[in-house]
Amino acid sequence: MSAEPDTARWTWRPDVPAPSTGGAGRGRHRRAGELGRTVVRGIGQTLVTLGLVVLLFVVYEVWVTDLLTAQRQGQLSDELHHGWDDPTVAAPGGTPAPIDVAVGTPFAVLHVPRLSSDYSRVIVEGTAGEQLAQGPGHYVGTAMPGEQGNFAVAGHRVGRGSPFLDLDQLRPGDPIVVETAGWWFVYRVLGDRATGDFGGDPSGIPGQQVVRPSEVDVIAPTPDGAPDGPATGAYLTLTTCHPKYSARQRLIVHALLDGGPISKTAAPDGPAALSEG
Amino acid sequence: MYTWIWRHLPGGAPGKTLLSLMLVLAVCALLLFVVFPWIEPSLPFSDVTVDR
Repeated sequence: MSAEPDTARWTWRPDVPAPSTGGAGRGRHRRAGELGRTVVRGIGQTLVTLGLVVLLFVVYEVWVTDLLTAQRQGQLSDELHHGWDDPTVAAPGGTPAPIDVAVGTPFAVLHVPRLSSDYSRVIVEGTAGEQLAQGPGHYVGTAMPGEQGNFAVAGHRVGRGSPFLDLDQLRPGDPIVVETAGWWFVYRVLGDRATGDFGGDPSGIPGQQVVRPSEVDVIAPTPDGAPDGPATGAYLTLTTCHPKYSARQRLIVHALLDGGPISKTAAPDGPAALSEG
Repeated sequence: MYTWIWRHLPGGAPGKTLLSLMLVLAVCALLLFVVFPWIEPSLPFSDVTVDR
């Protein structure tokens, strides 16, 4: 294949001036060509750099925030257990004392055996970015663990330790165990355990739903009830973003307290539900 | 831009390489620990709560 004449036709040489051009004109042309190339190269390098910065941001969002949050969770866990072991705090009596904590304070540990047998995350009070960067956050004003009403907790789906990444894996009947200073509370995801249908619960409240971000009814005292309505039971609600990597919707899991509080003096290593799943 | 930086770094090729690496690491650290945490709250995909 002798393609030489063809390819030669396509070779564009802007820097080769026509032989008839004078000396001064040639210099000007060359300078203009160099300037053009410098500008184009500058734009190209800037775009490549921006691409790398965006990639680095993905790395930050998906992995680096995990490291930062894991470190903070370790500190919170130490802080929490140090407070719990404090002998000046009265030992748990017959019933759990009401919990009253300031925003930003850790006060409970969330265990979800379905997600992992050693899944435990310290819950902090408040759902602002600062609190959620540390771990799951409790909606201020909603019920506390074990109380009548709705113990509502938000957590990140992706990044920041991804505490609620696999929230969609929970099935009806799965235990969600909340540990406080002196007590264990076992909640179970609503729905029909036999068929796995989230909508099959006698209460009419679904075990799992996907809602718009503005649907605050999910954290009402009775889930999906009026925001200031009466509580019909001790519920637990977990909220996170949906679908993964998006903030278009919210994935919601509702659970109901199963049995009464279990004292830590009776079960130091936790209730039997902890080893389910 | 990169050509300009390379030309203005002191030292021979090994020194320039070392300095370039350090510059890259410094820029990455600045982005990871200062710039990204600062711009992150204004991005929408970290919203996990329900609110009005």
